[in-house]
Amino acid sequence: MNDHKGMTLIVKTITRISVWLIILYGIYIILHGHLSPGGGFAGGVIIALAFLNYLLAYGRKETENWINIRLLHDMESASAILFLIVGVLGIALAGSFLANWLSKGEMFRLLSAGTIPILNIIIGIKVCAGLFFVVWTLAIFHIEEAD
Amino acid sequence: MILYILCFILLLIGLYGVITKRDLIKIILSLAIMEYAANLFLILFAYKKGGRYPILEEGKEIVAMVDPLPQALVLTSIVIELGITAMLVALAVRLYQKYNTFDITKIRRLAG
Amino acid sequence: MIIPYLIIMPLLAAFLITLISGKGDTWGVIFAILTEITMILLSVIGFVLTRGNPLVYNTGGWKVPYTIVLVLDSLSGFMLIIVHVIALFALMYSVAYIRHLSKSWKYYALFMLLITGMDGVILTGDLFNLFVFMEIALFAAYALVAYGNRPEEFEASFKYAVMGSISSTLILVGIGITYSVTSTLTLANISQVLAKQPPYVVNWIGAIFLVGFGLKAAAMPFHAWLPDAHSSAPAPISSMLSGVLIKALGIYVLIRLVFNVFGFNPLFSRVFLGLGTLSIIAASLLAISQWDMKRLLAYSSISQIGFILIALGIGTRMAIFGALFHVLNHAIFKGLLFLNAGSVEMCLGTRDLNKMGRLGKVLPVTTGTSMIGTLSVSGLPPFNGFFSKVIIIIAAIEAGFFSTAGVAVVGSILTLGYFMKFQRYGFYGEKVIEKIAHKPGLGMRAAMICLAILCLVTSLLVIPQFRIMIMDPVVDVVINQANYIEMVMGR
Repeated sequence: MNDHKGMTLIVKTITRISVWLIILYGIYIILHGHLSPGGGFAGGVIIALAFLNYLLAYGRKETENWINIRLLHDMESASAILFLIVGVLGIALAGSFLANWLSKGEMFRLLSAGTIPILNIIIGIKVCAGLFFVVWTLAIFHIEEAD
Repeated sequence: MILYILCFILLLIGLYGVITKRDLIKIILSLAIMEYAANLFLILFAYKKGGRYPILEEGKEIVAMVDPLPQALVLTSIVIELGITAMLVALAVRLYQKYNTFDITKIRRLAG
Repeated sequence: MIIPYLIIMPLLAAFLITLISGKGDTWGVIFAILTEITMILLSVIGFVLTRGNPLVYNTGGWKVPYTIVLVLDSLSGFMLIIVHVIALFALMYSVAYIRHLSKSWKYYALFMLLITGMDGVILTGDLFNLFVFMEIALFAAYALVAYGNRPEEFEASFKYAVMGSISSTLILVGIGITYSVTSTLTLANISQVLAKQPPYVVNWIGAIFLVGFGLKAAAMPFHAWLPDAHSSAPAPISSMLSGVLIKALGIYVLIRLVFNVFGFNPLFSRVFLGLGTLSIIAASLLAISQWDMKRLLAYSSISQIGFILIALGIGTRMAIFGALFHVLNHAIFKGLLFLNAGSVEMCLGTRDLNKMGRLGKVLPVTTGTSMIGTLSVSGLPPFNGFFSKVIIIIAAIEAGFFSTAGVAVVGSILTLGYFMKFQRYGFYGEKVIEKIAHKPGLGMRAAMICLAILCLVTSLLVIPQFRIMIMDPVVDVVINQANYIEMVMGR
């Protein structure tokens, strides 16, 4: 259909600015998961949509230069292993799986509630990598079939 | 009460779509409608009359809140359905590659 | 304790395989087989530790009604041993078989996810946690059915995925209704609250869950996905799906829900008897007319599930022992038969019974073990199928269900009929086949021989010493509803 170069110049210019704003918004939702609605999954989806925005606006080749696909693949598996390590540390330090082994801090502060912000960040990375990979695989697949 | 009946009708619409439609993509979309109806049903059960959103905030006193547990269940359920839809779409793409059609009456090599 | 490790270890293995593997599958094979051997050891230790009292584990450090509780009692230990033994043999078989399809580590990662899902379903004591782990296992199953990239596999996997999703949506609606009545999700607590409700509430909730989980267990009339999915999948996946998945996700959950949570009343008994009778007769008649080797085995799975359902429907102590014994036996001999069909398909390149011939010279191990498997499933002594079917028929006659006993006898005769067709056309046909494309590898032959030996060994479970030691605690758990509730809620 097109020559895989993405969309017009106006879209590319705006995307170059707005992608970072979307990523910032996603990070805000992930970090405040224990204080307001959202958390790991919703923030991860937002960051994945930021990457998807870049993919739609710039095309496949530029996205491969901008995001390191192998690093994303390794980060996805590594974050799942980190989640299990946090759970097993719960067994070792506090008695049962996924127990809260950090101190709980005061209420309503950013660094409170024990292991919950850490788990939110891990889930955010995993969801972002996973969802982007699904879209990336479907995008790549279309090329091999058309040739 | 009306809300529950409407939610049930949405479930039946989704079920009707899965059973009778012939296009693969329409089957996937009808399945998504059915799953939305199930999620809506779970959230409807969590409502208490006059309840507030269940978030503890600084400075506000604690009044009756709606039940937060079904909301956590619905969050997990949405994630699962995202995965299922992704897998069904990937299968539909591969089916198109092998059979060159999206029509399920023509994709019938297995019978009997 | 060891309970959370039974779920953590396969999950860790799945993601480690994804992280470490490069292009080939050596790391995948090494991790998978090491993990499986460890899991067998852990589950045997678990089963021995729970003689008499369940082990209960609260995750997250919370107290009982607010936590996700993992329960390991004798029934769970029994199912765990079945799952892991069949998984180890399927893994040994698939090393050579999957290399023939594609040299990739993805199969082993998906297989470990399947094991995680099934372990989670068997161990959990919380209703929504059961739903989540069931979905994990089903994801891996849908992806593994479509693993070989043939067109029939995609069609079968699509059909399986759509039907599985419909039943999962129904189960979610059922969970919603249960939560609104009881406002708790722990199974023991639900059982306590539902005991005080009027009976029509329990019957409606039971109906929704029976339809939902009955589709997972492939009872008729919800069986339509099984012949396609189990015949198109690669052979070790067929044996895992047909031998273990429909039992761990379907029959085990039905036993937990109907016997331990809802309480076994005559309405459930009649429904089980009806579904079971329909499954035996209809599936046996459909199996006789099949010319595709694996499709015949898939229909035979449906009819054996019918046997288990009528045994559960009868509900006496001897009938439940027969049902659980038949679960164990069916896992072993159906796993063996699917592995045989897979090795015939790999060596001859076809699954059509008309095109095969006398295979005794080129595939000796396959022919011998398939004869042992056929004799087991048809119910001839001294193999294990004979004992479990006889126990079910005797239990039916003792409890007064004479027509059900008649149906079981007719089903056994029909099973003998179509398996004679399977043997005669598949292995003892007219033309003598001299050369084949590939020979089965060492792992494949070892797995088939081990499963055939297990067919003979498990028939020793009828001897009273072994039965009292191994199977009686399991039957006690099923029948004794109050004990389960008190053990979980008392912590």
